[in-house]
Amino acid sequence: MSRPMLTAAALGLCSCQACGLVSRPADIHETARCPRCNARVSIRKPDSIRRCWALVIAAYILYLPANLLTIMETGSLIDYRQDTIMSGVVHLWKSGSWGISAIVFIASIVVPLFKLMALTFLLVTVQLRTTWWPVQRAKLYRMVELVGRWSMLDIYVVTILAALVQMSSLATVRAGSGAIAFGSVVVLTMFAAMEFDPRLIWDPLRKESDI
Amino acid sequence: MNVDPKPLVACRECDLILREIELLPGGIACCRCCGAHLYRNSPDSLDRTLALVLTASMLLIIANVYPILGIEIQGVRNATNLYGAVCALWDQNMRSISLVVFITTILIPVIELSMMLYLLLPLRMRRVPAGVPLILRILQCIKPWGMVEVFMLGVLVSLVKLAGSASVIPGAALWSFGGLTLILAAVAASFNSRDIWAHLEIKSGGEELR
Ligand SMILES: [Zn+2]
Ligand SMILES: [Zn+2]
Repeated sequence: MSRPMLTAAALGLCSCQACGLVSRPADIHETARCPRCNARVSIRKPDSIRRCWALVIAAYILYLPANLLTIMETGSLIDYRQDTIMSGVVHLWKSGSWGISAIVFIASIVVPLFKLMALTFLLVTVQLRTTWWPVQRAKLYRMVELVGRWSMLDIYVVTILAALVQMSSLATVRAGSGAIAFGSVVVLTMFAAMEFDPRLIWDPLRKESDI
Repeated sequence: MNVDPKPLVACRECDLILREIELLPGGIACCRCCGAHLYRNSPDSLDRTLALVLTASMLLIIANVYPILGIEIQGVRNATNLYGAVCALWDQNMRSISLVVFITTILIPVIELSMMLYLLLPLRMRRVPAGVPLILRILQCIKPWGMVEVFMLGVLVSLVKLAGSASVIPGAALWSFGGLTLILAAVAASFNSRDIWAHLEIKSGGEELR
């Protein structure tokens, strides 16, 4: 298999991110549209690195309030607690639900941190135009896309608990402002992963060998 | 002219240009440079997807009408369905969160399933509905934002959290959400937009780069 590894970009072709059709744009510099589905097509996602950085930085900034502010207030006759994400995990662990506590820990703490660090790493290596371990970096990107949605878990838990417990006069559960920050982190990192163009990982390798 | 060559595909993740090959039923074509999935051959995907989408639609209705969980604290009972939970959050002035929950667990699944029905029902009867390209684009675009499976896990976590302090009554919607999670995964695995494009191309005889 030693045929030349030609890329669509090297041939002046655009592949549509929506339907996959490969087409030759009339003019590279103008916004071209896919002849089959009419989506905007371009050789690379426009402004990918800058947009991705902006979203990642915004997510980093919100990451602090997301973890420091209260995500859930629980009140009953005998007990009142304000839980951040971490203290919620610890509370679950102490009450003996180790499995669930581990799931919440992974979904709400490990996954967002992993996503932010992985995206930062991918952005930096792409900007340095490194040819280092492209297959592994491509896998890392796939993993970021795959696990991102699971961080929404805590938001749903708060929603259900708040709705269920609100009516009774004996106990209340309220969502705290940390939930807003946390939800924003999840949404921002999902958008960031979508803006990132994985083809940028491979471009430095192609430039070295082909042209 | 000699035999028509197969159309070109470009890998979404590394931009390598490859020529399509014929796949065995159930086969998946992967990029030879980065290993990303390029396309797959899912036989009878239309019929199977339609059956799954119809099942999912019914489960989605049940899941939204009936209560998910109920609790009983010292004789006081309270139960909520999904929409009730969204409203409760809205009333607590957590409007942005309430919207996110509404969009990811109710709106996106409803749009996704109804658009698939709009596409698949006519295609099954050998007619082409209007606006297929737009609908396929929307489906592709909203796909990451449907989070029924994450919500399902959220319900289970809430169940455990509540179990210590109140008696929890699982509602009918809990089971339908469980079923919906499984069926939606099957829909995602079986829905193949490439097949739909192929249907359209046969109909219109569109041109492709070869
Ligand atoms: Zn297209
Ligand atoms: Zn590839």
